[in-house]
Amino acid sequence: MKRYLNILRIFWSASISAEMEYRANFIMAALSSVMMLIGTVMMLFLFYRTGYQMGGWHWRDALAVVGAFTFLDGVQATFMAPNRIRVTEYIREGTLDFVLIKPIDSQFWLSVRSLSLWGVPNIFLGLVILGYVIFTREPSPGLVNVVLAITTLLLGVLVLYSLGYLLSTLSIWYVKLYNITMAMQALVETGRYPIPAYKPAYQAFFTFVLPVAFMTTVPAQFLTGRGTAPWLIAAAVVTAALLLASIWFWRFALRYYTSASS
Amino acid sequence: MTAATSESVGLISKFRVMFSVHYAEMLTYRAEIALWAVATMQPLIMMGIWSGAGASGHFDFDQIGVQRYFIVVYIIRQITVVWTIFHFEWLVVTGRLSPMLLHPVDPSIRFILMHLGEQWTRLPFALLFAGLFLAAYPQTVTGGPGGELWWPGVGNILLAIFFSYFAFILLFYMQYTLCMAAFWYERVAAMDSLIFLPYMFLSGMIFPFEVLPDTAREVLLWTPYPYMVWFPASLVVHGEAPVIKGLLIMTCWLVVFYGLSRWLWHKGLKHYSAMGA
Repeated sequence: MKRYLNILRIFWSASISAEMEYRANFIMAALSSVMMLIGTVMMLFLFYRTGYQMGGWHWRDALAVVGAFTFLDGVQATFMAPNRIRVTEYIREGTLDFVLIKPIDSQFWLSVRSLSLWGVPNIFLGLVILGYVIFTREPSPGLVNVVLAITTLLLGVLVLYSLGYLLSTLSIWYVKLYNITMAMQALVETGRYPIPAYKPAYQAFFTFVLPVAFMTTVPAQFLTGRGTAPWLIAAAVVTAALLLASIWFWRFALRYYTSASS
Repeated sequence: MTAATSESVGLISKFRVMFSVHYAEMLTYRAEIALWAVATMQPLIMMGIWSGAGASGHFDFDQIGVQRYFIVVYIIRQITVVWTIFHFEWLVVTGRLSPMLLHPVDPSIRFILMHLGEQWTRLPFALLFAGLFLAAYPQTVTGGPGGELWWPGVGNILLAIFFSYFAFILLFYMQYTLCMAAFWYERVAAMDSLIFLPYMFLSGMIFPFEVLPDTAREVLLWTPYPYMVWFPASLVVHGEAPVIKGLLIMTCWLVVFYGLSRWLWHKGLKHYSAMGA
């Protein structure tokens, strides 16, 4: 365990120094995060200015979903996206060999090897919005619900991670599948707004097939007095199932890995 | 045949050959490109959320109108996908732009033909997805009980296709202008959001333009964005759009960005050091 933490520290400090080479990129990322947030809030405003309530959610409650999404978006851009891209690259170029022979769990190595600072502005903005909702909402969510919201939000991070890892594992068979990340990200965009605001078929799809509902709507439910025990249990079960599936599927896929040019 | 016409015939056949080369090249990546048709599904996602809003009676449009709108927007989006900045950054960083400079055809023409090759590979998938959505919500076509069957008319469809391709060229040269920064500063792809985010939020891609307050709509109609999505979609769905105004404003913006990209291209080439070569 201590060894893994040590390795994590080395990986991330190396990644950060590499990123520092492109400081202007960070400013660009911050700028686009702010633009994105302004656009999203403007969009919410367009819904709410007529008195329409998305799926019966009040303005501030819908904002909690936006906050959770912005945070999650930042986490995935910082910790997940840079690694997902590399998994495909290693498999395509055959350099996965060098990862596999290391005396360390290959999924751990591939999941945490790099870190990008691009998502940091979104993590910050997401936390600010969530804080705003927590402190200004009437009635206040209360400590228990805040803890449950944070718990489910972290479960949401794991759900997103597992889905991403499951998809990049596919590149063992379909070598050039860079765009699968893009496709999934586009679908996860639904999580920017409360899932109950969508058409019934969409709700079913984004709860049972691609469980976006568990990433942002469920945490926001706990912040807005909609959280119930069944949702909490479902979130835990979905997370555990997907995490185990990602581990199992990776081990299964490795049996089919034949390296490249050898 | 005069020299001028034979030259232009030669040019067109050159374009045709270049297009077919890139089309064939892109067809080999069809699995990836099919995923692009999924990755650009945002209008269909927004359909799922605006449809409920349309049904609520709080807005000036109904559910069927908004579903038609977003299905059409999804198709238009397919035509206006521009990725040249990611490609161009890679060409400059790896020095692969250099051999292209020797070709007798300007690289931007080649890039446009590449986009068309990719687009034609993607369109069948996109039409399939759009068809699936129409099949899932057949009232979008039939108009529902007491509604009218949806038929926009050939003229409107052709006009919408023309404006979608105009929008594609405009968006291409907007992004190409940004690309030119690659000559001074290698990592330009991040700058794409400067164009993409306003395009996403202000073009009508994620909300029907009718929901905007009047003043906001008036101001936006002077920017190039509404003409890229809302304008052609409106032609198909409502059968009306300010065609002359649209044409004039788009032409003005195209002149601005085309000129700017040409000027920066000539300045940039002097600065280009063919990295990696």
